[in-house]
Amino acid sequence: MANALDTSLQFHVEALNLRAQRQQVLASNIANADTPGYKARDIDFKKSLQDALDGRVQTLPLARAAANHSGPAQQDAASGALLYRTVVQPSLDGNTVDMDVERAQFAENAIHFEANLTFINSQLKAMLAAIQG
Amino acid sequence: MSLFNVFDIAGGALTAQSQRLNTVASNLANADSATGPDAKPYRAKQVVFASVPLMGGAATGVRVTGVIEDASPLKQVYDPKHPLADPQGYIMMPNVNVVDEMVNMISASRAYQNNVEVMNTAKTLLLKTLQLGA
Repeated sequence: MANALDTSLQFHVEALNLRAQRQQVLASNIANADTPGYKARDIDFKKSLQDALDGRVQTLPLARAAANHSGPAQQDAASGALLYRTVVQPSLDGNTVDMDVERAQFAENAIHFEANLTFINSQLKAMLAAIQG
Repeated sequence: MSLFNVFDIAGGALTAQSQRLNTVASNLANADSATGPDAKPYRAKQVVFASVPLMGGAATGVRVTGVIEDASPLKQVYDPKHPLADPQGYIMMPNVNVVDEMVNMISASRAYQNNVEVMNTAKTLLLKTLQLGA
């Protein structure tokens, strides 16, 4: 039964993790709005979530000289799928951060994060109701 | 929890932008300083921003790598009454462009506000996560 509880929340856990990572990437973009040569980045949320749910988290294979050497650390799902944003209005210093886009995406991502939390909350409440009768 | 990294990223940006604001203040304050501790006219200072990878490259912060002096020529002003004037009556004044500095100031202050907003959002999200299941 504990396993069933786990799997029913699995989707939200993965989604929440990805949202938190995307929030971090967008914060990086906003922080580097004035850094010459910085290229704005983002993740393909749909694809990353699908990969995370399928257990296809991209990690580079690490060559090991002996069997008891430790393997690569578990990578963040998003870090393998970091893409570059297409520029609409390029600037002369090579920076591709468009503050309007970044702020809009940041707000959107925050709302989605909150929505995810609400879903988890209601699911927990439903389970509690089922347990307590 | 990668949301905590947002504080590092935005906090670093706040430091960098406030340092930029500091140089603007110094440039504007010394726009008319014909001499300094090295007996030379003041030269405008500019900060250099560089992005720094954090947490294994997934996030990118910003850092001030150095403060450079503006290499553009000093302003030559004709003022024979000035004690520092040369025999021809000319004096070298700082190469501070006040208009540039004001623009720099507005840009730095807006960037600062943006990053404060980012921090506030991350804080709200984390607090909501803490209340999960309550």
